[in-house]
Amino acid sequence: MKLRSILATDCGSTTTKAILIEFIDGEYRLTHRGEAPTTVEAPFEDVTRGVLNATMEVEELSGRKILDGDNISTPQKGDSGVDIYISTSSAGGGLQMMVAGVVKSMTGESAERAALGAGSIVMDVLASNDGRKPHEKITRIRQLRPDMILLSGGIDGGTTKHVIELAEILAAANPQPRLGQDYKLPVIYAGNKKATSDIERTLGELTDLDITENIRPVLEQENLKPSRDKIHDLFMEHVMQQAPGYKKLMSWTDAPIMPTPGAVGALIEMVAKKENISVVGVDIGGATTDIFSVFQEQFNRTVSANLGMSYSICNVLAEASLPNVLRWVPFDIDEKELTNRIGNKMIRPTTVPQSLEELVIEQAIAREALRLSFVQHKAFAVNLKGVQKERTISDAFEQSDSGQSLVDMMELDLIVGSGGVLSHAPRREQSAKMLIDSFLPEGITSLAVDSIFMMPQLGVMANIENKEIAEQARGAALEVFEKDCLIRLGTCIAPVGKLSRSEIPLQVNLEFKNGEKKDIEVRYGELIRIEAEYEEIKAVLTPAKGVDVGAGDGEQISTTIFGGQVGIVFDGRGRPLEIDASSSKRISNLKKWSEAMNEYPEIGK
Amino acid sequence: MAHSYTPGLKVLKNTKILKERRLPLKGAVSTSLGNSVKPDDIIAKTDLPGNVQMVNVANQLNVDASDVKEVMVVEIGSEVVKNELIAETKGLFGFFKSSVNSPVSGTIESISDLTGQVVIREAPLPVEVDAYIEGVIDEVIEKEGVVIKSQGAFIQGIFGIGGESRGEIKILSPDRDAEISADMISADHEGLIIVGGSFISLNAYKKALDCKVAGVVVGGFNYYDLDEVLGYTLGVAITGSEDLITSLIVTEGYGKIQMGQQTFDLLKNNSGRLASINGATQIRAGVIRPEIIIPIKLNKDDEANLDKDKTVGMTEGSTVRVIRSPNFGKIGTVKELPAELRQMESETMVRIAIIEIGGNKVEIPRSNLEVVETD
Repeated sequence: MKLRSILATDCGSTTTKAILIEFIDGEYRLTHRGEAPTTVEAPFEDVTRGVLNATMEVEELSGRKILDGDNISTPQKGDSGVDIYISTSSAGGGLQMMVAGVVKSMTGESAERAALGAGSIVMDVLASNDGRKPHEKITRIRQLRPDMILLSGGIDGGTTKHVIELAEILAAANPQPRLGQDYKLPVIYAGNKKATSDIERTLGELTDLDITENIRPVLEQENLKPSRDKIHDLFMEHVMQQAPGYKKLMSWTDAPIMPTPGAVGALIEMVAKKENISVVGVDIGGATTDIFSVFQEQFNRTVSANLGMSYSICNVLAEASLPNVLRWVPFDIDEKELTNRIGNKMIRPTTVPQSLEELVIEQAIAREALRLSFVQHKAFAVNLKGVQKERTISDAFEQSDSGQSLVDMMELDLIVGSGGVLSHAPRREQSAKMLIDSFLPEGITSLAVDSIFMMPQLGVMANIENKEIAEQARGAALEVFEKDCLIRLGTCIAPVGKLSRSEIPLQVNLEFKNGEKKDIEVRYGELIRIEAEYEEIKAVLTPAKGVDVGAGDGEQISTTIFGGQVGIVFDGRGRPLEIDASSSKRISNLKKWSEAMNEYPEIGK
Repeated sequence: MAHSYTPGLKVLKNTKILKERRLPLKGAVSTSLGNSVKPDDIIAKTDLPGNVQMVNVANQLNVDASDVKEVMVVEIGSEVVKNELIAETKGLFGFFKSSVNSPVSGTIESISDLTGQVVIREAPLPVEVDAYIEGVIDEVIEKEGVVIKSQGAFIQGIFGIGGESRGEIKILSPDRDAEISADMISADHEGLIIVGGSFISLNAYKKALDCKVAGVVVGGFNYYDLDEVLGYTLGVAITGSEDLITSLIVTEGYGKIQMGQQTFDLLKNNSGRLASINGATQIRAGVIRPEIIIPIKLNKDDEANLDKDKTVGMTEGSTVRVIRSPNFGKIGTVKELPAELRQMESETMVRIAIIEIGGNKVEIPRSNLEVVETD
């Protein structure tokens, strides 16, 4: 079957987004999109209503008939209907899991990585050495009522006692699933295979136990894929069956519904592999912020469960504190009134900023949500702990231990932003500035955003298993990703080191494709943006002594960079970025940087 | 006609109310189909499994896990009291015995020969569910609970704190614009549900707590004052389990916002009636909004006059409320729902509705409007 049209939806916790991909003139392109509020809430309590509403918008805009009454019409007949329909979902609170491992920083962390990689929210990590008494663990399991539990522990052939103890704790807690009283809680065992039969004896009757390969068969190796796949299967079989309207939605789709973050992660991993680069991807949603990274070919995902732009916006305020939010706002505002406004966004989560002032405030909060999420990610994306490394004499002086963060801002090649506040920012300059301010890239880093937040849909498209269409769908996903999804914003060049000590910390010579040349001097505290298309630009970067732009202290770099919709941004503000505490100085600096970026032109007036 | 789906809050004068009352775990239902119930009647009971304590006997007695059964002096199913001997080694010639006592009173649930752990479960915790509203049992969910049918006024608030409560409705402020101040609340209001207009200050709410008022229904409250009431900063709007004598239901939002006309009038018309309220709010998937239920005696002839569920979303002519600044809190009528995207002051491109507020037509993003469902 030749795929001619694909309808893909992503049912988020706030909005349901539909995209239509069509095969036109020999290529797959995104042609239309629509969105509508997600309808898990009363009075509808049926996720398919939102899917139909979003699809209706696509119909209205495209003039193509897709719905047949309250159904999506597949396959395409003539000009109506679509060949396949697929979906991702994070509505219903997403997939909420508890994981357990013997040693918190070893099998516990591996289990957490597997669960996060599969797209779930990890509510708690239980471990034999987590400092809690058994009865405290039991109380915790009962309170949290997860959708699923992943139990791991021990290397193959190692001691079984601790992992069986954990299983006994689970059994004693007799956990009830969050949704539906009548089914047994799914538990995945991915630990020491020697303990399998004892685990079966302990948990087999009480829970819906599934056994898969050990997540940490040997200390030096993580084997996450079998657990991740098992989580996806159980997510479909159990959890989705209980959420309002999902049974119907599942009967409509031509491929299993994937948890939204699982789909985004799959796509980011694919991009990093294809281009052989280090990538950080971020998806800032209503309730949570997900960060994905690939450094040294290792994929990591973290979810900051209560850092989001609507449902948990007040938690961003609480965790970041009001002064940290206000440091990004280039005008004075009544602090008490501001907290009420943010509170109102939390209780009416689907509203959008109509006035410029509201937009600036929302983007200030986004910076803090992104910053805090990235702090958490850096702490989690680390080398495997507990691995003994053979050291040579030369290594002995470098006391680098296992458990070091993989995130190296100087090594980072690309930041991809997605989620409403980044993808739907009215100006791309705003998205670029939010990414720079919150991630503080160092050296040379490309910036991009998911144009209309379609990474989830493309991720699930690229993972269709049906052999008949898998290849085509994957090709279509990559084609649309390149052509319509990724908006190249440009490149950020940020020298680090002792910027304040030299008059001109960075000298730049650029040569554009048309032969035009440009020399730029970057001073401390300055932000400079130059317009440049997404095409090759030859750049010679000469940092002053004590300043590094990627090759080391004072070392010159000759390289090729790319512009984009925003262009090239030279960030001479230094790392870490320090913002003046005095309100007047802060406002004046923010206005200066904002003007340089053409971020909020109306505010400067 | 163009239409759009916007979940709105219900303000219904006379509607059929179905209330599900469920146990957290299966148990026994103590009423039957067709029975009339009052709010305080217990309709179902169960015992939650008691807390569990685990004792690693093998470790404490320094024996192999496989030998634990031999040192146990109690069996699975035995009841033990706190500090009672549960395991003991034989010692040497009857001397140098080591022993383990139970840390709690309870029942021996399991003895593991794999790890040497002994599980002791404490006594079950009884849980009862009451009817919460006055009505008739419409459905019995076997071993889990019931659905109670009632008829009356039903109002949803936007946010609340405190759980279920009930009391007579007492209108305190003269109109929907006025605030409830501390001096308006007295000991006479104990057990009542007091209704105000636009706002209640932290001081006035504290006075309500002191006077043991059953509930407060008001247009607005300050978000930052919640810190002091709750003892923590509310990061996500999930409430209902707070231990507060006075449940608080906010109908419009944070800040000073006049209560919706329909809401205020409806509460005023029911002044003196018994109402059941619940401040529990969950703004996440499976949204729960706080509610005010005012049952009216069910009369068979009245059933035909019940409001039908008129949830149709936003259409031209719908009454809507603006739920974000500018124009926050204002009520208007939808004049037009253009299909194309329009640019706002923030430069955001959105689908809008053109609404009339006080004779002026304004463009508002559709997502910033809420349908006011009235009858």
